[in-house]
Amino acid sequence: MKLTLKIWRQDNAKTKGKMIDYPIDGIEGDMSFLEMLDVLNEELVAKGEEPVEFDHDCREGICGSCSLQINGEPHGPDRLITTCQLHMRSFKDGDTITIEPFRAKAFPVVKDLIVDRGSFDRIQQAGGYVSVNTSGNTVDANAIPVNKQNADDSFAAATCIGCGACVAACKNASAMLFTSAKVSQYALLPQGQIEATERVQAMVRQMDEEGFGNCSNTGACEIECPKGISLENIARMNREYMSATSKG
Amino acid sequence: MGGIIKSSVARKFAMALSGLFLVFFLLQHFTINFTSVISPDIFNELSHFMGNNFVVQALLQPVLIFGVIFHFIMGFILEIQNRNARGVGYKNYNGNANSSWMSRNMIYSGAVILAFLGLHFYDFWFPEISHKYIHGLPEDPTRYYEETIVKFKDLWRVILYVVSFIFLMLHLLHGFASSFQSVGFNNKYSKGLQGFTKAFAIIIPLGFIFIALFHYINQL
Ligand code: SF4
Ligand code: FES
Repeated sequence: MKLTLKIWRQDNAKTKGKMIDYPIDGIEGDMSFLEMLDVLNEELVAKGEEPVEFDHDCREGICGSCSLQINGEPHGPDRLITTCQLHMRSFKDGDTITIEPFRAKAFPVVKDLIVDRGSFDRIQQAGGYVSVNTSGNTVDANAIPVNKQNADDSFAAATCIGCGACVAACKNASAMLFTSAKVSQYALLPQGQIEATERVQAMVRQMDEEGFGNCSNTGACEIECPKGISLENIARMNREYMSATSKG
Repeated sequence: MGGIIKSSVARKFAMALSGLFLVFFLLQHFTINFTSVISPDIFNELSHFMGNNFVVQALLQPVLIFGVIFHFIMGFILEIQNRNARGVGYKNYNGNANSSWMSRNMIYSGAVILAFLGLHFYDFWFPEISHKYIHGLPEDPTRYYEETIVKFKDLWRVILYVVSFIFLMLHLLHGFASSFQSVGFNNKYSKGLQGFTKAFAIIIPLGFIFIALFHYINQL
């Protein structure tokens, strides 16, 4: 396959970046998208040019590192996969592919396609934990009965890998899907009840402080989320938040 | 606008509640307008009641005006905040791949509705205020029907009316269903409720358009 890549290049957080065209040849349908970029980078290095920097780690859709806006969509055109799970067979010979970093004020570009998603970590730190007594009399988690539906919903929310595609896709750069998944995962379990009131308020406060936008229910996040995190989580977070606020 | 509106979730909640309130008002407005097609007498009677009842005028009307102003000011504030939240824009943004045009353009459909409200106030509300309070004219419970239908004599006004209600339809197609999600209602009934909100969003504006065309054609 012969392709034209239009890639965002930016030296560091302070400089302005721009799109640069890279023609590339010999791409096979069985290559993953990141392998295709590896091929490009080997060519660039051989020519003595700076390789294109992008985030990746597990390359199997579980770590949430990879984060590319491909042809106007986070993680590219396919559904329920991350960028590292996207294969070149999703493209045709002669295609032009635009590759940009995930865009949000709260995700500043570090270099080229790498963005700083520390804002997600800070939302998590604000309340995404449970306090467990580990002084020797810890109750076995399996000894606490949990309603099956709640257990399943909590598990589904916990599959969020914190990739940030929800923010990247949202026209408002809102982080509600991520935050609501993190709130829901605890809100649905008995272990999460102790800090429930404080948790949702603290996480929403942090989300707002980081400068993410307001949710207007376009639903783009749910469609683009590689883990299929449902909008039901956002509705749940809204309920949790309003009831927490009324309790003070 | 109070401390609670400082949070994004609360703003969303407030936007939804004011929107739901306006939807309710719209239904009431439509019901009364529709009687103008059926019987001028009923229309006159209801309009007279709405225009002179103490509860409607002194309590409900200020709430309505507050609701409208709140909804649009909040809408603009949210839009500005949301644009800021992106920072550097995408060169390629394929919004159609994951969301509806309506949901992404509420600010534009809303702006058209706001402009229409300007015309609506100029046509009906200001003359009403001037009739009642500036000129202090005596109340004539049969004047409403005539005063209303003359407005539908001009083709340009009817066209503006139709266009505005198409934008209202687009606004409601996203907004009505969306407000339930915002107040936290998302469960096994949501699918059915969505069907209802979509039907409402299409039927009510079409109804308003029908009324305008009805009076226009009748006066040709
Ligand atoms: S909710 Fe989905 S899109 Fe958002 S961070 Fe989690 S896994 Fe990624
Ligand atoms: S590299 Fe780990 S999810 Fe893609």
